[in-house]
Amino acid sequence: MGQTTECQKLLSEISNLIDGEVSPELCSELEAHLKECRNCRIVVDTTKKTIELYHTEESRMEIPETAREKLFRRLELDDFTGQIKSG
Amino acid sequence: MNETSTKAATLSLDALRSGDRAEIAALVEIFMDPVYRLARRMTGNEQDAEDVTQETFIKVIRALPEFEGRSQLATWIYRIAVNESLMSLRRGKPLGSAVEIDATPDGEDDEAIEIVDWAEQPEAELLNTEGKKELDLAISHLSENLRTVFALRDLQDLSIEETATILGISIPNVKTRLLRARLKLRQELSVYHRERLESE
Repeated sequence: MGQTTECQKLLSEISNLIDGEVSPELCSELEAHLKECRNCRIVVDTTKKTIELYHTEESRMEIPETAREKLFRRLELDDFTGQIKSG
Repeated sequence: MNETSTKAATLSLDALRSGDRAEIAALVEIFMDPVYRLARRMTGNEQDAEDVTQETFIKVIRALPEFEGRSQLATWIYRIAVNESLMSLRRGKPLGSAVEIDATPDGEDDEAIEIVDWAEQPEAELLNTEGKKELDLAISHLSENLRTVFALRDLQDLSIEETATILGISIPNVKTRLLRARLKLRQELSVYHRERLESE
C-alpha cells in the first residue's frame, strides 16, 4: 500500500471513524480522502466487515445446554433450571 | 446500554443482596451467555469457558451481599469474568509457551497492509467452516490486552467507557488497543481471504 500522509492519518483514526467518534471537521477530511483513495476505502470496508463477522458469530454463540445444566447444579439453583429463559 | 444491561436493570439489587434464589437464578440466566461468550473468546476453548463461567458465578453469588451498587451490576460481573479468564489462561500456560507471544508488541505496527477487497463476498463464504475457524485463529493470535478490549467492546457491545471501567484503564488506552486489535484482525483475515481467492 503506497501510503500518503492522508492514508496514515486515516489508518490512525479508522477505529474512531467507525465508532463515529471523530469531530465533524475531521470526518469531512477523512471522507474526502476516502473518495480519492481506493485502498483506504478497502481498508475501511474490510475493517467494518471484520467487526461485523465477529459480531454475527458471537450473537449465535450460546452456553451449551449441558454446561448450563451443570452451572445451575453447581450453583445449587437447579430447581430453577428451565423456569426462566432469557431472550 | 446493550441488551444484557437492559435486562439486568429489571433485577432487584435488594433481593439479590438478601440471597433471594429466584432473583439470583434470573441474574444467572441473564448473564450466563455473555459471560460464557467472553470466556470462550478469552480462553479460546469451550471447556475452559465453562469452568470460567462457573467460577465467575460462584464468586458473584458469594460477593453479592457486599455489592454496594457503586458500579453497574454488568460492569462488576464482567470484571470478575475477565479476571477469571485471565487466571484460567495463566493456569493453562506452561512456562515458555507460545500462547501469549504477540506477532508484534502492543506499541508497534510493522506489517505491510494487505489490500484485498473481500468485504462484499457472500456471508455463506465468509462464515463457512473454514472462515469460522479463521476467525477463531485470528483472535487467538491477539495479545491478551488486545483480545480483552476487542471482546468487551466489539463482541459484548459495551461502550468505550464501560470497557475502560471494567479493565481499570484509561479511555485513550482502550481506544488505542481497540484500533490495534481491529487492524490486526482485519490484516489476518485479509491475508486468509487473499490466499483463498487466489486459489479459486
